[in-house]
Amino acid sequence: MRTVADLGIGEHGFISGFTDEKLSLKLLEMGCLPGTEVILTHHAPFGDPIAIKVSGYTLSMRREEAATILINHK
Amino acid sequence: MTKIPKIALIGNPNAGKSSLFNTLTGLRQKTGNFPGVTMDKLTGIWELGPKNQIEILDLPGIYSIYPKSIDEELVINILGNPAHPDYPDMAIVVADASNLKRNLLLFSQVRDLGIPTVLALNMIDVAENEGYVINSIKLARELSVEVAEVNAKKGIGINGLKLAVQKTLENRFSSNDGLPLPVSEELITDIQVAFGDVDPYRCLLWLMEHDRMKMFTKAQCADLDQIMVKHDFEPKKYKSAETVKRYEFLTEVVDRCVINLNRQWDAPPVKTWTDRLDKLFLHPVGGYLFFLAILFVMFQAVFTWATYPMDAIDAGVALLNDWLKGILPESTFRGLLTDGLIAGIGGVLIFIPQIAFLFFFISMLEETGYMSRVMFIMDKLMRRFGLNGKSVVPLLSSVACAVPAIMSTRSIGSRKDRLITILVTPLMSCSARLPIYTVLIALVVPEKNTLFGLFNLQGLVLFILYLLGFFMALFSAYIMKLILKAKEKSYFIMELPTYKGPRFKHVSYTILNNVKAFVFEAGKVIVAISIILWVLASYGPGNSMEDATNRIKVQNPNLSGVELSNKIAGEKLENSYAGHFGKFIEPAIRPLGYDWKIGIALITSFAAREVFVGTMSTIYSLGGEIDNENATIKNRMRAEINPQTGKPMYDMALGFSLLIFYAFAMQCMSTLATTYRETKSWKYPLIQFGYMTALAYLSAFLVYQALS
Repeated sequence: MRTVADLGIGEHGFISGFTDEKLSLKLLEMGCLPGTEVILTHHAPFGDPIAIKVSGYTLSMRREEAATILINHK
Repeated sequence: MTKIPKIALIGNPNAGKSSLFNTLTGLRQKTGNFPGVTMDKLTGIWELGPKNQIEILDLPGIYSIYPKSIDEELVINILGNPAHPDYPDMAIVVADASNLKRNLLLFSQVRDLGIPTVLALNMIDVAENEGYVINSIKLARELSVEVAEVNAKKGIGINGLKLAVQKTLENRFSSNDGLPLPVSEELITDIQVAFGDVDPYRCLLWLMEHDRMKMFTKAQCADLDQIMVKHDFEPKKYKSAETVKRYEFLTEVVDRCVINLNRQWDAPPVKTWTDRLDKLFLHPVGGYLFFLAILFVMFQAVFTWATYPMDAIDAGVALLNDWLKGILPESTFRGLLTDGLIAGIGGVLIFIPQIAFLFFFISMLEETGYMSRVMFIMDKLMRRFGLNGKSVVPLLSSVACAVPAIMSTRSIGSRKDRLITILVTPLMSCSARLPIYTVLIALVVPEKNTLFGLFNLQGLVLFILYLLGFFMALFSAYIMKLILKAKEKSYFIMELPTYKGPRFKHVSYTILNNVKAFVFEAGKVIVAISIILWVLASYGPGNSMEDATNRIKVQNPNLSGVELSNKIAGEKLENSYAGHFGKFIEPAIRPLGYDWKIGIALITSFAAREVFVGTMSTIYSLGGEIDNENATIKNRMRAEINPQTGKPMYDMALGFSLLIFYAFAMQCMSTLATTYRETKSWKYPLIQFGYMTALAYLSAFLVYQALS
């Protein structure tokens, strides 16, 4: 299963689900909804955290958090 | 008199709530923004018209009514509890139009709580620049709510907002959609029977968030838990499903009300300024370099540029003192006034330029949105030490003062990260340590240039002291990370807001408030302690003061004039109450190289370290060699002779021992009180006091023994 953590800079995918129930509420509230497109825009130095473009704005999260967001290529 | 209506400003972080608050109230705040009093919520008066006042309540930014951190908790504690003194008559939800859907999520939740709501659309210009045109009339109809287009920063659209607010206040209309997702009617009835007949969505909020709400007693929480079990209700599942459901509805609404010009013309997405700037600021190498450059400019400003106004203030205080000495008759009272009080207050005033510069930089970094980039690039590094990218803000702002810094930890979601940040933040050298550093460095570090004449040696030592504080904070955090247990995992899901130009009005207000707080809070303590100290140092138990005078006269029959009175003054101080206190603790501080006079200063500066310099000037003016020329505190300390060695008292070893002691010691009542308030337990301020004092004592001991 691919996750947001597997994306390279400039790559995109569509959210298909979450693997962590506790984090998923926060992510949903922040606009990471199933079916939404995410684009990875930045890595912090040492590759962690990352920044993604989602629902029209930039959201940052740690790599381990990004690994809980499942994606597919629609 | 009728009660004036209360309106709460609610919205996502960075949606423009504070701008709107400032515009509406004209910054006429009812309560000052003093650290610890109203940092969390601000109230102000909005004059709708003559004799029509409204109280505006500015709350911390939230993304949903389900809180994830302490600052977010405050909002549901007010909105969820109709009996709360701050419970509003209505709410203005401020929405960032350039990110409409996510902002409307919160709006729909607030409205469903049954609170009459107006929607204020802010930053429409940003949305239009990005190619989105919003039909706000249609939006108002779809959501059945009054919508006002505003530009909070420029103060445009306030009349429309006034109208919308007046209408909503009159009919108290809340377009409640009921529940976003159906639940069994018995569940709602059970809650309503036990806790009162309120809107169903509010019932669910109580059910799901009662642990975070102060309105419920333990027994009531148990009741709610029981209801939850009885109906097999799973809050996490419900909240997630609710969020998805709300977004589904809002997506349809937004699709009908917003035209995306980019899509129509099939144009490529616009490259915004934020994208371009982030290329630089988030660059793996360039990002760090830029941050270092900003820190460099900040310290340059504080330690170099600020010296000009500081010298002017210093000269002004000296002038006032000389003038007073000229017109007042020679007396102990004159000594108290000039050397104790005015010198002490001058010691506070002189730091206004530095504090102003510090708060200028910190609020500029926050205003422009750069601070969240710093968190982003620092998170990985800070995490190794048990901290969090968000810990950067408290650490950085505690260079100014630890009190607001500790309060700014509220946005750190994880309890363990937050606790560690609170505990180590006071190790950063705050502005109150500056006077001590300045005086002591001037005494023991020669004034010469070093490293190819680039740096001043004294400036370099000062900089090293700051670094020392920072590394000690990291080190202590690492130790605490190993000791403290985490209940939940920390997370770092955070919006990187678009860059915005700073609101200079807001920046200057922050500076003004913080300078005011520093001067008055510190000033009060210094005045009080100066007077107490003067009394303690001028009187002694029984006849000890007279005895001291007679003893000196008998011992030195040949002396007279100034020499004699100096000797008497010294003997008197030693036999005064203050002298006894100092002597009492002398054995404990002897290994650090301190005598009883420094002991007095340690005791008085326990409550607030900025008192140190004032105490020193009082002690040495009462009991030292009075030298009418150049009677500054620095010269008096320089003239002090160590009775055992016959050499100057303030040599390298003592100077550095004192510097290290003050760098690490927890000598600030306000900080301890803030830690108590923020952790709601005596345990943590005690730990903080204990470990920092131990650290200070041990380090000072090692430094003194190594250098002497």
